[in-house]
Amino acid sequence: MNLTLKIWRQKGPQDKGQMVDYRVKDISEHMSFLEMMDVLNEQLVAKDEDPVAFDHDCREGICGMCSMYINGEAHGPDRGITTCQLHMRMFKDGDTITIEPFRANAFPIIKDLVVDRMSFERIQQAGGFISVNTSGNTQDANAIPISKHAADEAMDAATCIGCGACVASCKNSSAMLFVSAKVSQFALLPQGQVEATDRVLNMVKQMDDEGFGNCTNTGACEVECPKGISLENIARMNSEYLKASLKG
Amino acid sequence: MATLDSKVPKGPIADKWTSYKDKIDLVNPANKRNIDIIVVGTGLAGGSAAATLAELGYNVKAFAYQDSPRRAHSIAAQGGINAAKNYMGDGDSNYRLFYDTVKGGDYRSREANVYRLAEVSGNIIDQCVAQGVPFARDYGGLLDNRSFGGVLVSRTFYAKGQTGQQLLLGAYSAMNRQIARGKIEMHNRHEMLDVVKVDGKARGIIARNLITGEIERHSAHAVVIASGGYGNVYFLSTNAMGSNATAAWKIHKKGAFFANPCYTQIHPTCIPRSGDYQSKLTLMSESLRNDGRIWVPKHLEDAKAIQEGKLKPTLIPEENRDYYLERRYPAFGNLVPRDVASRAAKERCDAGYGVNATGEAVYLDFAAAFVRYGTEQAKIKGIHDPSKEEIIKLGQAIIEAKYGNLFQMYEKIIAENPYETPMMIYPATHYTMGGVWVDYNLMTTVQGLYCIGEANFSDHGANRLGASALMQGLADGYFVLPYTIGDYLSDDIRTGTIKTDTPEFDEAEKSVKERLDFFINNNGTHSVDYFHKKLGKVMWNKVGMSRNEKHLKEAIAEIKEIREDFWKNVKVPGNLNEFNQELEKAGRVADFLELGELFALDALDRNESCGGHFREESVELDGPQKGEAKRKDKEYAYVSAWEFKGEPSDAVLHKEQLEFKDIELKTRSYK
Repeated sequence: MNLTLKIWRQKGPQDKGQMVDYRVKDISEHMSFLEMMDVLNEQLVAKDEDPVAFDHDCREGICGMCSMYINGEAHGPDRGITTCQLHMRMFKDGDTITIEPFRANAFPIIKDLVVDRMSFERIQQAGGFISVNTSGNTQDANAIPISKHAADEAMDAATCIGCGACVASCKNSSAMLFVSAKVSQFALLPQGQVEATDRVLNMVKQMDDEGFGNCTNTGACEVECPKGISLENIARMNSEYLKASLKG
Repeated sequence: MATLDSKVPKGPIADKWTSYKDKIDLVNPANKRNIDIIVVGTGLAGGSAAATLAELGYNVKAFAYQDSPRRAHSIAAQGGINAAKNYMGDGDSNYRLFYDTVKGGDYRSREANVYRLAEVSGNIIDQCVAQGVPFARDYGGLLDNRSFGGVLVSRTFYAKGQTGQQLLLGAYSAMNRQIARGKIEMHNRHEMLDVVKVDGKARGIIARNLITGEIERHSAHAVVIASGGYGNVYFLSTNAMGSNATAAWKIHKKGAFFANPCYTQIHPTCIPRSGDYQSKLTLMSESLRNDGRIWVPKHLEDAKAIQEGKLKPTLIPEENRDYYLERRYPAFGNLVPRDVASRAAKERCDAGYGVNATGEAVYLDFAAAFVRYGTEQAKIKGIHDPSKEEIIKLGQAIIEAKYGNLFQMYEKIIAENPYETPMMIYPATHYTMGGVWVDYNLMTTVQGLYCIGEANFSDHGANRLGASALMQGLADGYFVLPYTIGDYLSDDIRTGTIKTDTPEFDEAEKSVKERLDFFINNNGTHSVDYFHKKLGKVMWNKVGMSRNEKHLKEAIAEIKEIREDFWKNVKVPGNLNEFNQELEKAGRVADFLELGELFALDALDRNESCGGHFREESVELDGPQKGEAKRKDKEYAYVSAWEFKGEPSDAVLHKEQLEFKDIELKTRSYK
């Protein structure tokens, strides 16, 4: 198939940036979206033009590196996948595809489609851990039984890949789904209880300091999340936050 | 010149590590504050090492080429992590895990290292649970185990199909705690481009800030390389696009010996290639072979019709199918080890029986499992005289519960419903057992330079067992290196900060800059990928699953040609001082073009078949094992450790003789 691509080009953080049109020909429906981008970049290199910068690494939907906003949706039109798992069979010959970076004040653009997600790192550093040193003498793994239900729910929250699709999809650029996934994972496990109060207060404070917006329960984040992280996590974080504030 | 001293402690194998730990030198907590350690790579091995070293009090500087440690390719591991906990009460023990690993590695690993790995495996699970890793549990709330790849016990801990992700996030959270305390200085989007040696000791690195392009000097009292494997030398592999050998190769060029480069694991259950534009291959857990039957058509005309899209596999009657693994290996059938399954698939496809347009695919068919599970379910549910459709539906539900996510992944990529049409699979490069040579302390042949995780060579011999990579990465990072590095650093408590304004740093930075300048200024004609794909083709066709002298010699010559062409005609757009992904790739491919040649040279030297390395000249000629791989213990029970001498073809081979005192050498038989 032959396609027209409208791609956001921006040389660096200070550059103004603009949409630029490109054409690609003979794209196979079996290609992944990023392989289509590879074809475009080979073309650009051959013509001595600057290839389009985009983040990607594992190309199997788990590292969370890829981050494009395609035709107005984070990770494009398919559900439950990342951009690297999106295939060209989702498009038709002659289509025009708009490709932009994940946009949010807390995700400044580095170049073209590449954004800086260090704000996510700082939120995790504010409390996304259990304070246990490596010793080899921690108690036996089976010493604390954890109900299968709680373990499974914690696992569902922990599958977040930190891509930022939730932020890009939210009209408020809220990071609540991302932050609540980590808060929930630890809130559901006995190991996480000791530091629960500080964790939720510190992580939420950092989230606010980074300039992410608030949650207004639109639910776009849940729809676009490639890993199906549930809105219930936000409810759980709110309750954890309330508990912690009353204690605090 | 460096010599090979494995530094394995004396004494009975079960006591070596404990008594060794009791006697090594320690660094007092106040002095640790004055010692810096660089860790390059933040996957399971590097991430766990960085966190633990920082907890101990050292100042850690960690480097990752991604934008966060959480993105390292350890995250993609699906199946699980082995540990000799014996929670299932099925007779597991440290010795059994040790034995299985040495045997699985086809007797080409170092006994003492493997025993230590088994010994600390249980601690890993304890540590991860304490960190909040949500491992799968049973209804009583205790940890669940599954069985894996050709062993007789259930010792694999797992977190759904995302065990690597959860373990990495555990190590990442431990790192975050130390980053917040200022004990780890994290350098994301940085790539190490050389190591700096001062008076023969590793004292720092030169790194490029991938956002600004700035070249930076970083010093330390010791340098740890944890940069993963080199599977991308094949261009197509299940590795991440950015996975590279640059850090490992740079230290090789500065004196670290490179061991067993030819030991590569080709995984049998990957999604086949669909065209020349393909950028990477996707693995599906080998657990699928528990229930799927592998076959190709018995008749060439059927295979041809399928390749041309004129025939559907479901229309081929049972008697016209060749279940070649069950035919050749009646005892293990579809569950033969990875290397055996991969070679058998290649043999059928080379003979023309492949089942997709490229001719490089075989079927993995669940139809029999649907019927088997469906019949059982009908009985359990008390359905009398169920119809065939009912049985299949019941069976499909069971398969969906077991492998639903894999079936969905397959359908997204191939756009075919694997519940209706058999899956297509083909082998792909997955893991490299070879790597930088290290002694018992995980130190390379350069003083103060360590190598851990997949980047080193030590624990998996010629073939790695499933669910053992995660175990080794975390063992090295959490429980081995933090002890052994202290013994070395205890001599450095009075050294003080290492300065970076010295001739050694000047020189290393100069050569790094010269190379980058060359790439940008070379008015070449072909993109970096053009050369990488050419290299990958040679590697796959001549240094792939099945190797012979003629092809290896050709490969060595061809890789050299591609390399020469690369240095004349490579084209890198853009500038030095900016975010430039083509420039990053250029450096990595330049290193693969050297490593590939050494790889072929090593394969040529090893005229035996062992594990993932199969030499067509070394097969059993008669008896029940006729046609199978033949290991030659008298001649080749050694580790090949190569010393760099300017050109890959000039590399000098050093041999570390392997001793098997606790395990008897036996032929692996799966007939």
